[in-house]
Amino acid sequence: MRALAVIAIASVALAGAPIAASAQDEVEAPHQNWSFAGIFGTFDRGSLQRGFQIYNEVCSNCHSMKLLHYRDLGPNGPGGGIGFSDAEVAAIAAQKQVEDGPNDQGEMFRRPGKPQDTFVSPFPNVEAARAANGGAAPPDLSVIVKARGRGLEYLWGEGGPDYVYGILTGFEDKPPTGFQLTQGKYYNNIFPGHQISMPPPLADNTVKFQDGTKATLSQEAHDAATFLTWAAEPNMEDRKQTGAKAILFLLAMTGVLYGAKRRVWKDLH
Amino acid sequence: MAGTPSTVRTNSRLIKWIDTRLPLFTFVQDAAIDYPEPRNLNYFWNFGSLAGTMLVIMITTGIFLAMQYTPHVDYAFSSVERLMRDVNYGWLLRYIHMNGASFFFIVVYIHIFRGYYYGSYKEPRELLWMLGVVILLLMMATAFFGYVLPWGQMSYWGATVITNLFTAIPVIGNPIHTWLLGGFAVGNPTLNRFFSLHYLLPFVIVGVVGLHLIALRQHGSNNPLGIAVKGPQDEIPFHPYYTIKDMFGLGVFLVIYAIFIFYLPNALGDPQNYIEANPLQTPPEIVPEWYLLPFYAILRSIPDKLIGVLALFASIFILFLLPWLDTSRVRSSYFRPIHKWVFWLLVIDVFALGTVGAHRPEGAYIVVGRIATFYYFFHFVILLPLIGWFERPLPLPESIAAAVTKKTAAAPGAAQSGAVS
Ligand code: HEC
Ligand code: HEM
Repeated sequence: MRALAVIAIASVALAGAPIAASAQDEVEAPHQNWSFAGIFGTFDRGSLQRGFQIYNEVCSNCHSMKLLHYRDLGPNGPGGGIGFSDAEVAAIAAQKQVEDGPNDQGEMFRRPGKPQDTFVSPFPNVEAARAANGGAAPPDLSVIVKARGRGLEYLWGEGGPDYVYGILTGFEDKPPTGFQLTQGKYYNNIFPGHQISMPPPLADNTVKFQDGTKATLSQEAHDAATFLTWAAEPNMEDRKQTGAKAILFLLAMTGVLYGAKRRVWKDLH
Repeated sequence: MAGTPSTVRTNSRLIKWIDTRLPLFTFVQDAAIDYPEPRNLNYFWNFGSLAGTMLVIMITTGIFLAMQYTPHVDYAFSSVERLMRDVNYGWLLRYIHMNGASFFFIVVYIHIFRGYYYGSYKEPRELLWMLGVVILLLMMATAFFGYVLPWGQMSYWGATVITNLFTAIPVIGNPIHTWLLGGFAVGNPTLNRFFSLHYLLPFVIVGVVGLHLIALRQHGSNNPLGIAVKGPQDEIPFHPYYTIKDMFGLGVFLVIYAIFIFYLPNALGDPQNYIEANPLQTPPEIVPEWYLLPFYAILRSIPDKLIGVLALFASIFILFLLPWLDTSRVRSSYFRPIHKWVFWLLVIDVFALGTVGAHRPEGAYIVVGRIATFYYFFHFVILLPLIGWFERPLPLPESIAAAVTKKTAAAPGAAQSGAVS
């Protein structure tokens, strides 16, 4: 009894700590339905590929993703990639120009990308990124989903995707009356303080999806957030599937041990 | 053959041969098989072996993590991410270790409160208890160093805030600070030495755990009734009774731990730590890991920095004095009608401190933090000695065996000694 009470109190308090710690005067992004949610959640490959298309065509103009390689998108990538074949990955990489070298003349040179290259960054350094974006450097998006999000959803890994979706769909053309918007900033409902240096990157039909899906703003934002969630933790499907097996095994083992314990202790009473 | 032949119960001549020369098997037989334990231990007595298991899990996963980890400010963050992406089951290794730290503390905190409730620190177990407090201190240091290694924002700023505490010491504070960090600010030399210490301290903990166990064996375990073992009728051999009970408890524990590893791996962490450390950008709030929050709250509740730091250390060091601060002659709170309730005040107080530690010191949090800090010390320094003098303990049972057999006849002891079921 007392054991239960203590464990219950402890777990509530533990769960409360991170929420409490991040609870500020900020708006919590509304919760979305994600294919990867829940115990058996998996990534919708179509959504991942559309999300990559958005990153590739839009976000990559400003945001790096330094922890990813092009090969990660293919069948041998972590978590089995996002459903591209090796040939498709090679083609995607080949469209990029990568700086390499030095060659035997001691000079740096540019060559088409290869699958083992990391995603090419839009700016050579933070200073350049900052200078080109009105003083705020666009953050690297590799693990942005794990680095954002608050509230209960963060606990099971949906707070980050909710947040990214919220930012992408949270722009207002006009700030509420009385709000002083700094020159060169944009009003965003979800961003802390509501003034963001990122111009609204997405709108209806910003991209033309290769698979024919209608490119509404919310569809684009949803796919982009799904891709970024995969990017932040490409092994998530494996984690959840391994988890189900491990926990079933542990439950069975614990059941057997409980039976054994009862038997051993029976003769003591 | 001269000397005493092995007394190990086995038919294997090889084992007998070895044991006669190197009595490992005898040692195990004495320490973990025949070893007599009180017969009424309840499930709170599982937490010691759970803590030992956690220590082994942390060291094993840590050694493998260290094979992939690069202790350099430019590579630390990405080396941890690489491990999680590109190394087979690297994510599992890291999540076991990361959540393992939290679960290690959950287990040890329950273990400590168990000792407090049942008076396990009382004569003749004072040194056993004090060695436990040493382990707690070493664990805190280890976890603090470990949290710096992934080199996220909270790693960096947590290290900055905590090491900065040393500057509160008059005169020599600043030189000590620089000496500890290997520079004027947290940087690459700091990361290198923290990695070194993070690898070292767990093995120091192993050593102190060894002493803890030697001290334990000297007088045996305390028990929920807090009365001494009076004879063989009060005891049962460790094996099979407590081996099976410990294993069942371990099973339950692993299920909960696994739920976190596989489904809530980042729930106990701070999202800020997935942002690479940036010395030029202070995060909106700097909070330590949850298990250090109560102490952090004590530090921040006191307006003066130096006194705050002293209070922080005092809050842990006071535990060393607990055997003498508690003046009651009776060990178990079960027989202490007042302390039984006052115990829960301390539990509530520690949770209140934890909550305060997680929030910016503003408004009500300041007030609650100060009251809770005051109560923490008041509890140990004033309340505990007084209660010990004024409280009239309930009559103690003659022996464990007597209490246990009476229990089957539904005597009041039943719920508490709750053990033999
Ligand atoms: C024109 C350049 C530009 C483009 C294109 C762009 N961003 Fe940004 N983004 C920025 C800048 C600049 C910031 C930093 C904003 C700030 O700190 O005020 C930012 C910040 C962000 C943030 C972090 C917000 C936070 O909480 O700090 C996210 C998430 C984000 N962008 C996602 C995206 C996605 C997804 C896309 C593609 C659909 C995209 N961005 C396209 C410039 C851009
Ligand atoms: C008492 C036992 C231990 C405790 C409480 C502990 C605690 C921690 C903590 C809290 C972290 C940060 C986790 C994170 O947020 O990523 C960490 C990281 C790390 N620990 Fe330990 N640790 C212990 C033992 C060890 C040992 C024995 C080793 C090495 C032999 C080790 C190697 C590492 C490494 C390489 C990291 C960095 C990788 C990472 O951050 O995940 N640990 N440890």
